Amino acid sequence: MVKFLKQLESVREFVKLLWTHRMGRAGLIIFSLFAVVATFAPFLRTVDPNITGAAENMLVPPCSQFWLGTDDLARDIWSQVLFGSRISLMVGFLAASLSVFVGTMMGVIAGFYGGRIGEVLMRIVDFFMMLPTLPLMIILAAVLGPSIWNIIFVVALVSWPTTARVVRSQVLSIKERTFVEASRCVGAGDFLLMFGEIFPNVVPIIFAQAVLVVTWAIYSEAVLAFLGLGDPTTISWGMMLHFAFESGVMSRTPNWIAPPVGSIVVLILGFTFLGTAITDVLKPGYREVRGL
Amino acid sequence: MALLDVENLKIYYFTQEGPVKAVDDVSFSVNEDETLGLIGESGCGKTTAVFAILRFVTPPGRIVGGKIVFEGRDIITLSDEEMRLLRGKGIAMVFQGAQSALNPVMTVGKQISEVILEHESITKEEAWEKAKKQLELVGIGSARAKNYPHEFSGGMKQRVMVAIATACNPGLLIMDEPVTGLDVIVQRQLLTLTNDLRAKMHLPIIFITHDLSVIAETCDRVAVMYAGKIVEQGNTVSLYKDPMHPYSKALIRSYPSVKGEKRELKSIPGAPPRLINPPSGCRFHPRCEYAMDICRTEEPPLENRNNGRLVACHLIK
Repeated sequence: MVKFLKQLESVREFVKLLWTHRMGRAGLIIFSLFAVVATFAPFLRTVDPNITGAAENMLVPPCSQFWLGTDDLARDIWSQVLFGSRISLMVGFLAASLSVFVGTMMGVIAGFYGGRIGEVLMRIVDFFMMLPTLPLMIILAAVLGPSIWNIIFVVALVSWPTTARVVRSQVLSIKERTFVEASRCVGAGDFLLMFGEIFPNVVPIIFAQAVLVVTWAIYSEAVLAFLGLGDPTTISWGMMLHFAFESGVMSRTPNWIAPPVGSIVVLILGFTFLGTAITDVLKPGYREVRGL
Repeated sequence: MALLDVENLKIYYFTQEGPVKAVDDVSFSVNEDETLGLIGESGCGKTTAVFAILRFVTPPGRIVGGKIVFEGRDIITLSDEEMRLLRGKGIAMVFQGAQSALNPVMTVGKQISEVILEHESITKEEAWEKAKKQLELVGIGSARAKNYPHEFSGGMKQRVMVAIATACNPGLLIMDEPVTGLDVIVQRQLLTLTNDLRAKMHLPIIFITHDLSVIAETCDRVAVMYAGKIVEQGNTVSLYKDPMHPYSKALIRSYPSVKGEKRELKSIPGAPPRLINPPSGCRFHPRCEYAMDICRTEEPPLENRNNGRLVACHLIK
């Protein structure tokens, strides 16, 4: 419990630090906005977004009852946007965690040991990197079936090699620095050297990479859903665009396509801001420069 | 028996041009509660020799011969894991250039406690307390345990290095050019600290430097290295007063003495030889003012001359 409180305290410290950074502040605001929306979606919605024919007519323009109007199945668009944020955040975070975890492990091990182990791992990375991303995602999503978990898996599968490469190149340079040798000199084992000495030095890059993967995952989910490879029973921004496109009236219903498109753009922008801010803030010496 | 015995150590770097004999047939020993100084020009093999003690010779370098016996065990034959446990706990090293030898993204307290945790099975909190004590010991104070390396001055970083190296009470401490690049006042402080540690912990030390005054300040015995070989070894005071090997003589003559008589400083002509193809016979003969015919053909053995002084020179019979 004490430990948990301590961790909570350090998270608070970190958020405070981010707040001092201009982009960090913007990113935090955007992210918290979407987080709140996603968490409280059931309370913020005006009409159950799953009910077809909630309105008398399809394609109702925005009015007091349906804030953003309805789609071609007469479902409320405002409530769909709210629930869509859940899917985007979930896909973003889970895919990024999975991809960054695997990529970091591979990168650190390949970079640290080098030699034959490094070669083999990097050839595996090359193999995955060589695969054309979008066709692979489409094929896998089609084969594995329309489910949000498959999308997460597919996004992680095609994005971990980049992380592995970036991390490996950093590890290669950091492991030659004197402090690694000095640490070995006083008896540090391989595990401590990799995850105690070298890993903290690559954390800023991993964070930046993680944010990239989050944005990329959100975007990929939208792409796959738009192409009709998403799960039609879950509401996501990509799915909304898909239905709008299928309906054939997309050009005449800006109230239908603007909200999901806007949400995707703003959320990705927010994450990009956060990523930049995190990299800046984690550099040693940031506090001093800011006089904190 | 001595704490550390290095016998006929040979370390060659295998380059494309041929083997570079960085350390060639070097023997020395360190006794309990004794400080040995290793002195010589840049590139004479000092650092290579002590790196071998930690078995830190990396390709293309290789230990091609000799024995390194520490506390009765030959280091060259230990397994990698035994060697890892020995580093830090048995033999620890303070690196040259503390500026880059500390991890920039970790607090110094964490860096000290990590070393302790690698060697002792205690909790993180206990290790942290020990780390704070170490910082007290080197005169930094436990209040700064949560600071990062860039928040310290050069001298303080070097002290932190000493704190890390001595964290597990090693049996032998190696200090590789610990004061190089520090100004004289900070040098003074660090040397005082080293002497304090010796007094408190009875810690045997191998001190590597090219600075004669540093050796005079700290060491009981001194070994003079030239071109991968030890040319003279003996008690610090007597060696300084009465150097026997021409190279030691020239080295001491090239250094000003603060308290002694004023004399002209003389540099040693020429440059150290390339170790791919060292001079035949005595390796110092091309630069030696007393060189004789025998020096060019026959290598002088390192022999006991009088009361423990070892000298490798044909001149002294």
